[in-house]
Amino acid sequence: MTQAPEKTRPSVERPADAEGPAVGRPVDRVDGTVKTSGEARYAAEFPFPDIAHAAMVHSTITRGRITGIDTAEATAVEGVLAVITHENAPKMVPPGRPTPLDLSSMAPGTRVNYLNTDEVHWNGQPVAVVVAESLEAAHAAARLVRVTYDALPATTDFAAAQADATPVKGNLLEIGEAKKGDAEAALAAAPVSVDATYTTPPQNHNAIEPHATTAVWDGDRLTVHEATQGIEWVRKHLAVRFGVPAANVRVIATYVGGGFGGKGAVWAGTLLAVLAAKATGRPVRMALTREAVYRTVGGRTPTRQRVALGAGRDGQLTALLHEGVSAVGRMGGRSEAVGSQSQHLYAARTVLIRHSTTEMDTVPNTFMRAPGEAVGSFALESAVDELAVELGVDPVQLRTRNEPERSPTDGKRFSRQNLGRVYADGAERFGWAARDPKPRSMRDGRRLIGWGVASAFHMPIQLPADVSVRLAADGTVLVRSSFHEIGVGAATAQAQIAADALGVPVDAVRVEHGDSDQPVGPMAGGSGQTASLAAAVLEACDRIKREALALARKAPGSPLRGRRPAELRATGSGLFRADLPPGAESAGETYAAILTRAGRGYLEARTGSDNRLRAAAGQARFMTRFLLDRRRWVRAAIGAHFCEVAVDEDTGEVRVTRWVGVFDVGRVVNAKTATSQLRGGIVMGIGAALGEETLLDPRTGRIMNPGLGEYHVPVHADVPAIDVTYLDEPDPTAPAGILGIGEVSIVGVAAAVANAVHHATGVRVRDLPVTLDRLL
Amino acid sequence: MVEVQLRVNGTAHRLELDPRVSLLDALREHLGLTGTKKGCNQGACGACTVLVDGERITACLALAVQYGGREITTIEGVAHPLQQAFVRTDGFQCGYCTSGQICSALGMLAEVEAGAPSAVTEHLAEPAVALTDAEIRERMSGNLCRCGAYNGITDAIRETAGVPS
Ligand code: FES
Ligand code: FES
Repeated sequence: MTQAPEKTRPSVERPADAEGPAVGRPVDRVDGTVKTSGEARYAAEFPFPDIAHAAMVHSTITRGRITGIDTAEATAVEGVLAVITHENAPKMVPPGRPTPLDLSSMAPGTRVNYLNTDEVHWNGQPVAVVVAESLEAAHAAARLVRVTYDALPATTDFAAAQADATPVKGNLLEIGEAKKGDAEAALAAAPVSVDATYTTPPQNHNAIEPHATTAVWDGDRLTVHEATQGIEWVRKHLAVRFGVPAANVRVIATYVGGGFGGKGAVWAGTLLAVLAAKATGRPVRMALTREAVYRTVGGRTPTRQRVALGAGRDGQLTALLHEGVSAVGRMGGRSEAVGSQSQHLYAARTVLIRHSTTEMDTVPNTFMRAPGEAVGSFALESAVDELAVELGVDPVQLRTRNEPERSPTDGKRFSRQNLGRVYADGAERFGWAARDPKPRSMRDGRRLIGWGVASAFHMPIQLPADVSVRLAADGTVLVRSSFHEIGVGAATAQAQIAADALGVPVDAVRVEHGDSDQPVGPMAGGSGQTASLAAAVLEACDRIKREALALARKAPGSPLRGRRPAELRATGSGLFRADLPPGAESAGETYAAILTRAGRGYLEARTGSDNRLRAAAGQARFMTRFLLDRRRWVRAAIGAHFCEVAVDEDTGEVRVTRWVGVFDVGRVVNAKTATSQLRGGIVMGIGAALGEETLLDPRTGRIMNPGLGEYHVPVHADVPAIDVTYLDEPDPTAPAGILGIGEVSIVGVAAAVANAVHHATGVRVRDLPVTLDRLL
Repeated sequence: MVEVQLRVNGTAHRLELDPRVSLLDALREHLGLTGTKKGCNQGACGACTVLVDGERITACLALAVQYGGREITTIEGVAHPLQQAFVRTDGFQCGYCTSGQICSALGMLAEVEAGAPSAVTEHLAEPAVALTDAEIRERMSGNLCRCGAYNGITDAIRETAGVPS
């Protein structure tokens, strides 16, 4: 066995305080101090003297109607202010149908008009809310609400429901079918082939901060402190549901304790907190219990997938088929596009990708980190490993041999294509050359050792983003945008980008975020936030520099007199001639000098528009551009995972002992936070590989393990030192060269683990998670 | 209602509390010390870890009325190089588990100092425990980090070990 260094090395080794550009440096997080001192406040932590606490009552049947609710006992509990049910709740406007014209119409996690209906659609749907003076009273009383039901038959068994699956047609936002040639025929004719079925279970995000809302009405104005990844969606959606102008709703989410997609949509807790505040006339805090998160917020849906691969003896793929069926909630949820990466990753001569969904009476599913690819890659990358075994070819070689020049399904160009390079780098760092391909060929005492690989692939989205940038005469900069700091280091990254754009030190830049009073930021999703913001920040900084130059050009005595923008660079907190050394006499001048001479306190630029119509038009233009661009390019972050496992021969216990991940994510803004985020995806993938599964009772659809004690996310002891590196080359087609990094690293992880387990034990596990019972 | 005297971060507080109030809710809801987090309220995540007379406990599983007169330290009362180490090594992302990780690590380091073995300690007879990465990971496994900042947390603890509080 070769050993990876225990301490991992980032590929970019520049000290945090080095001269030169801030972008790329491992700058400490700007919120480091507030987060390590307990000062950072999350949604449930804003004090109001007259705060009331809300708790949910969940349905105990799966589908049917409420026939009666007895609230007498609950109401009698000391401190209870109200027990809100469909019999006495204020009205909410029902949610509308989603339309691609307004992305915020996709905000609601479900179509249920909570407490405005006697219908029950899943086991655990909220059917009442108790509001009380104290947390203790609210939760005690919630247990005393007696509900009777008329139950109806329900679909709750995914295995059985697959018989009713219907094809996904596909549209702008959803992948349906992709086809090239006759893949079935090519598969049948292939000299070597594999054809297997893989399954992945439901999973939950389990951000450590449970969903929470603090809602305060003041007349028809509403303020909510919210644990969300989509401030603007929450604002617009609450306005619709409660019949007030969006301008009357303020959403604050300065710090969010993790999201992973679970805080992207608007779920019951948010609506019910606002409803309860309306009903009681008090500020209301709804801090969901962990169980309530499981029962009312969707997770990743289960999938069953067929992957079939045909190849010539040389390993060239002649057929690639990837078909997936996933569950959606009857009241919402979307198809899990498991074939997403299979459209582009390998140069197969024929391709068939198909998705279908089946409706179930469960809490609607939602996006979870790399929806589609995270579980789709488990099937595809396991199948590639199976094919490698069949062919007797090294699994790294098989993959790189099939690296496509253009997208195999549609001939689109790749903005970058470096699969071979990330594998070569990874193989070297891992010591892959020493691998004996025979299963059970390596051991360490009682433990069987196995090495596996898999590819990562994810296409980040781009989103409209508005920012304002203000450059003050003292050289300090303020960037404002209602984006989200859910842990990705977004504020730190934007401070670095603005610092370089204006030529000021990073610590001269302050970034304000997480408040709908700021210019509208992008949602934290689709790995799109950082790049989308960067584009806007660069644009705003550009305008500021032009304005500064315009002031200086006219000023007699300014060394910038008559200069054009192209001749200058922003550095040393000012504008200086690019053809002279920065320190040179009369090469340029500082912003402070320019602004002081002009008698200006600051310069400010803002992207986007405050005007509603203009903002909507801007958004539509943006989306059109984005979609057209997507037709031209495959713009993807990719990576190669190398994993070592040790499997106890007697107990079947699997431990991940080493990990090397090499990625191509375009330009990396912050070497420190990027490495962390890439590692975080790998950690979550290790969880999916070895332990994570939301267990539904197939008879009722009731979640049986709604807690962190029974749903096993990785702990410290499950995670070895993870060696993460990246190519760090800007993508010429992406804003500031940045591709998103939030999701790519989870893709392929489960397959790399399962492939390593096969190498260790000779047992091929095609059903996640790889628990020990599957190995004995 | 029950009267309880809580000593938190060196300050005494007299509170009238419902006897059902957990130590965690007493800190967060009654004393406004929201640095201690609630991730599960059932002892499974460690986000609520505080120090009581220097030992780490999960405050969600403790009733406030049982902690009268004890010396309680929350993240707001911690001033330790470990905090800067967390920033340097990027031992967090969203920050929600961080208070618990830091308090837990301080309690853990004291346990190691006292020679308490863990499930991975090889030489139980030795009076001193070597603080390997495996020891750190094992002993910190009650503190979940869904952002997956475990490598940075281990680095921060290793770098800081031996620095007296
Ligand atoms: S909140 Fe106490 S252990 Fe999770
Ligand atoms: S930093 Fe987010 S849970 Fe640990």
